[in-house]
Amino acid sequence: MRARAESRSWGARAVLLLPYLWLLLFFLAPFVIVLKISLSQTAIALPPYVPVLDLAAGWQGLTDFFQRLTLEGYRLLASDPIYLLSYLKSLKVAAISTALLLVIGYPIAYGITRSARSLQPLLVMLVVLPFWTSFLIRVYAWINILQRDGLLNDVLLALGIVHTRPEWLSSDTAIYIGMVYSYLPFMVLPLYATLEKMDESLLEAAADLGCPRWKSFWLVTLPLSLPGVAAGSLLCFIPIVGEFVIPDLLGGSQSLMIGQTLWMEFFANRDWPVASAIAVALLALLVLPIVLYERLQRRQLEGLR
Amino acid sequence: MAVSGGTRAAEQGGKPALVRFEGVTKRFGDVTAVDALTLDIAQGQFFALLGPSGCGKTTLLRLLAGFETADAGRILLDGEDIGAVPPHRRSVNMMFQSYALFPHLTVEGNIGFGLRQENVGRRERAERITEMLALVKLQGFGPRRVSQLSGGQRQRVALARSLIKRPRVLLLDEPMAALDKKLRGETQFELMELQRRLGTTFVIVTHDQEEAMIVADRIAVMNEGRLAQAGEPAEIYERPNSRWTANFVGEVTLIEGRLTADGTLQTALGPLRVADTGGIAGDRLWLALRPEKLRMSAEKPASDGHNAVSGTVAEIGYRGDVSIYKVRLADRSQMKVALANSTGRPPFALDDLVWVSWPPQAGVLLKE
Repeated sequence: MRARAESRSWGARAVLLLPYLWLLLFFLAPFVIVLKISLSQTAIALPPYVPVLDLAAGWQGLTDFFQRLTLEGYRLLASDPIYLLSYLKSLKVAAISTALLLVIGYPIAYGITRSARSLQPLLVMLVVLPFWTSFLIRVYAWINILQRDGLLNDVLLALGIVHTRPEWLSSDTAIYIGMVYSYLPFMVLPLYATLEKMDESLLEAAADLGCPRWKSFWLVTLPLSLPGVAAGSLLCFIPIVGEFVIPDLLGGSQSLMIGQTLWMEFFANRDWPVASAIAVALLALLVLPIVLYERLQRRQLEGLR
Repeated sequence: MAVSGGTRAAEQGGKPALVRFEGVTKRFGDVTAVDALTLDIAQGQFFALLGPSGCGKTTLLRLLAGFETADAGRILLDGEDIGAVPPHRRSVNMMFQSYALFPHLTVEGNIGFGLRQENVGRRERAERITEMLALVKLQGFGPRRVSQLSGGQRQRVALARSLIKRPRVLLLDEPMAALDKKLRGETQFELMELQRRLGTTFVIVTHDQEEAMIVADRIAVMNEGRLAQAGEPAEIYERPNSRWTANFVGEVTLIEGRLTADGTLQTALGPLRVADTGGIAGDRLWLALRPEKLRMSAEKPASDGHNAVSGTVAEIGYRGDVSIYKVRLADRSQMKVALANSTGRPPFALDDLVWVSWPPQAGVLLKE
């Protein structure tokens, strides 16, 4: 009996270990490698950096290895304004995109929760439907729509809104269109999840206490949906900061987002240490919003108790 | 017997009706939740809407609060048709069954919510919140978060929140359903005391007939969207107007029979004497007997004009204060008898041969 209870607890422990093992294998280990490369120096070699850890050289090799690590990559990151500008551009794009997503996504999520119960699964499915097509193909489709003789200009001309065909592509506007389009489900779904489980009787109670319908939205619905707002915003903001495909395909070349700069350092300049330093700094930058999100979720759980 | 609740309430003490339902009907799809119901609720009354789940009592309350609109009929508050008035403009407040407290506000924020909608000044608001906290015995709980309160405390916050605007009518939707039995008992008496002190008209919805009889001055028993009977608690319990009401409100034994010219009821158990036929006659009537009105003995009681039938004890339900005996009679029907356990140990055991007797005035003759 006792042996069985013990073996069961071992099984339970193994299951608990699984997510940690996953994180170790697919997050921590790659991160340590990237961190190590960011502390290396470029070299014309394979791999294109030194030092390379050589365990065969024994203790001497190990101390040599650590002595040759350098902060050169980070120094470069700080000295050339192109990197800082890239980070700032990314943060700006992420902030504006998230704000736009919120303004567009909230009414959609709210509309779904207000529609007939039987209709809601269908509407939610429609929100997720774009995922059924490859992300890349959808962004390419936007190139088609946004180009000078594309669908958007056709429609605007037909409606008489413009009289010449303006260039949409290769601009920040195109980036925002692409971001809002691509990330909308990530905003709508958490908002819907929060709004959907809200107790209808709270709105009745507000009405009962003299609060008209429009006002109870601001006094009850919105404050109670703030966790969803935060979740959706962070879920969009964090990946948009590092987004590469959308700005690369739809954006212009005047100013780059950090993902593009990273790609350039890595593939065009073959400067792995600087590219890695960019990645590490980006992660450091995003730690704050991630921690914020975690704390928010924890508070939310405590509030439920 | 089937007097409409409306006219009776208006007659009582000459109090004018504060709330009047006039032929109110409410349908949800194919289901008629409230069916051409007419009912008066007098000023200052503690009124209970009693019925099994799905009888339309909550719908009636929600119609009064303004969350539903009637398909037919009128709802009058103080003589004024309020059918078109939206809920936020009705001088009626509701305490929700789920309490519906705002989780993002403190206790103060919840209680003061109604006053903020009226743009009551900060100082007056604070004063009235303090007053309400004292009224529901939650002094010092103002800054607490709702999630930090126990179920009983939440119930008090909900009560205070619905009372702070001094409504003409306070609606209570199963206010004690979420409390444990002990707390419910205490809360019932507190609620009665509160109602008497404030003089506000309370309308409570409950499926618990005991609760309705304890708290209310007047009860409307509802069944399938219709008014089954309205009256004072004792009236409904002692003189139910139908077999359904008799069964729903308390325990009852029903004996079927035919009333003869000499005023006795011919039944399968023999002729039974009835004191007051209530002016009804017919071939198919029922004698309703409450369990506590019956006496039980081992020997046949001396016939002093009382009715007596014999049977065997089939089941005993021990409840502490009383025991419920189910006695199987000659025609295999069962009779429920409640005896107080005043001597410490139950006087009868299973399979005992017993006589059940009652005076002619103990029973009520029912036609419906």
